[in-house]
Amino acid sequence: MSFPWAEQYTPKNPVMVWIDEKLPLPRLAYNAVGAGYPVPRNLNYFWNFGVLAGLALMIQIITGVVLAMHYGANDLVAFNTVEQTMRDVNAGWLMRYAHANGASFFFIVVYLHIFRGLYFGSYKAPREMVWLLGLVIFLLMMATAFMGYVLPWGQMSYWGAKVITGLFGAIPVVGEPIQTWLLGGFAPGNASLNRFFSLHFLLPFVIAAVIMLHIWALHIPGSSNPTGVEVKGPQDTVPFHPYYTSKDGFGAGIFLIAFCILLFFAPNFLGHPDNYIEANPLSTPAHIVPEWYFWPFYAILRAFTVDFFFIPAKLLGVLAMFASILLLFFLPWLDTSPVRSGKYRPTFNKFFWILILDVLILGYCGGAPAEEPFVMISQVASAYYFAHFLIILPLISRFEKPLPLPGSITEAVLAKYGKTDGATAAVPAE
Amino acid sequence: MVRIGAFLVGLFFAGWLLVSFLMGAVAYVSEPPQPTVEHEFHELPKHVSFSFDGPLGGYDRQQLQRGFQVYKEVCSACHSLKFVAFRDLEALGYNEAEVKAIAKQWAIKTPSVDPATGEASTRDPMPADYFPKPFANNVAAAAANNNAIPPDLSLMTKARHHGSAYVYSLLTGYQAQPAALIKEFPDSKTPEGLHYNPYFANLNLAMAPPLTAEGQVTYSDGTKPTVDQMAKDVSAFLTWTAEPKLENRRRAGLATIIFLLIATGLAYMSYQNIWADKKKAA
Repeated sequence: MSFPWAEQYTPKNPVMVWIDEKLPLPRLAYNAVGAGYPVPRNLNYFWNFGVLAGLALMIQIITGVVLAMHYGANDLVAFNTVEQTMRDVNAGWLMRYAHANGASFFFIVVYLHIFRGLYFGSYKAPREMVWLLGLVIFLLMMATAFMGYVLPWGQMSYWGAKVITGLFGAIPVVGEPIQTWLLGGFAPGNASLNRFFSLHFLLPFVIAAVIMLHIWALHIPGSSNPTGVEVKGPQDTVPFHPYYTSKDGFGAGIFLIAFCILLFFAPNFLGHPDNYIEANPLSTPAHIVPEWYFWPFYAILRAFTVDFFFIPAKLLGVLAMFASILLLFFLPWLDTSPVRSGKYRPTFNKFFWILILDVLILGYCGGAPAEEPFVMISQVASAYYFAHFLIILPLISRFEKPLPLPGSITEAVLAKYGKTDGATAAVPAE
Repeated sequence: MVRIGAFLVGLFFAGWLLVSFLMGAVAYVSEPPQPTVEHEFHELPKHVSFSFDGPLGGYDRQQLQRGFQVYKEVCSACHSLKFVAFRDLEALGYNEAEVKAIAKQWAIKTPSVDPATGEASTRDPMPADYFPKPFANNVAAAAANNNAIPPDLSLMTKARHHGSAYVYSLLTGYQAQPAALIKEFPDSKTPEGLHYNPYFANLNLAMAPPLTAEGQVTYSDGTKPTVDQMAKDVSAFLTWTAEPKLENRRRAGLATIIFLLIATGLAYMSYQNIWADKKKAA
């Protein structure tokens, strides 16, 4: 499960020897995230985001457990208990703002992690399972975030819950019974709030378990790298510890600085003011929008305005929204190019950046009110989204002529540092 | 098989989206959407500066006390402040005895139970009590206010875009309906009992102008109580009620950022040090 040159765990401390004999947990940690895991030596900063996502999950679990101690999952008191946490609990405001902004930062780092995987072809053989498990984590995150947003029981909580569960209502015949079953009633209420709280508490631990599978699956072939060329020998790798633990430590510092700037100085920047108004089933907000990390999908949902013969537009939107995520599960088999890294794929590269722009446009339109010109823009952008993954990508991998790949990871590294060193100081030729 | 299926699904979604786009575009060109009266006449809040603007700004205690006085003498007749307790006023610079006196003399009494008979009664508020609500329930509130329920003000500045500036603009923004509006939208004349205010989302609100004349309240610190000053002070006070921990948050933030900058700097040096032999040509 690792390269033959991986360092072996040899405890010297008698206590560690004793533990290792009885339960080789230190050995497991050593091989997973210690010196026993050889990693390509050329990873760039985009490879930090996996660890950062794990850090974000830890922040969410710790702050979330504390918040749960002060929260009352009942529609009569939920809004009040959140406000009391903000006002009367020691550092309650810190926990609550950290949890709300932590969710956003979790999505920021996970989106960067996903786009890194897309650009560098991390989803390709032999790492398909890593990609698939990652998508499972992403789906679980979306469910967790959605249910968490309902808990403060503000206006957006309530109406968001109504709109999102209403998506299931678009399914013919069984749709409405499903919606009623999900909510535990005909509209969001105490039953919905209680089950959402229960599941919101459970799912992060499920996510943590799938993360372990994700890392396990990753350790079978080992980490990918920016060249996409597989590891060929010991000279291509460095031990995870101390090389990448030190780099991840620096990355975590940058992440925490960005996080704390928002948390301490603009904690409501990413939130919606309407969620400071208590849920009111009799008053519909002017614009119901989900949290920013759902905006691209919300834009796809709303882009369908015309019925397709017997299929109503609303159902099409729901199908398309789910399809926009599910199609990612097929990516390893849609992109058949043997070259992994986008660096060596000139055509893919161009379309990749169009996709990034496209998703940003979708995000903007998803947050904007459902009026022209945003609907027309999201229609074109959604069309490109589907065309990119389902039509363009398979065609590119068929016809593209990739650039020559470096012979090995070490060759690529030497080419890079050979040049820069040559510029600063004379290095004797080898 | 996967790629053929994907191609067909992609063709269907992308194709139908483009059809929808074309139909939408035709409709957009043939019948361009009519501008609404809110689109044309709604205004963004005015620019107004407060002591708590900027990342390290704090509250002006004098201003908060003046704002509290405006709330007490004007707003509290109709608007509740249910998340704020009298004890919280100590943060405005009042001492314990003053807070006790404020609570005891508060015009609205706290609902209670007569200890002798068990019947509903009222008593003087105490520092531990939250501000009593002016109306017993929403029905009473609506009945007394032309069917509009005056919202709770505790979180008002966080529950609106541009919170503090919004409250200030709304309070100072009442005006006669512009002639241009009546001319362009004859059906949008402000209905009887409502009041025109371009800072309000749908332009007409039920609340009559609450601050109408200079000297409506008498400030004990000698500040001239112009309408503008009163509006500004009460906006500051409501910013405090919505975010009472703002100063703690910013202080803690500054310390955290300084700590993180040092820690990240050390982490960077350690990273460079560990990688020193790997980052040059061997």
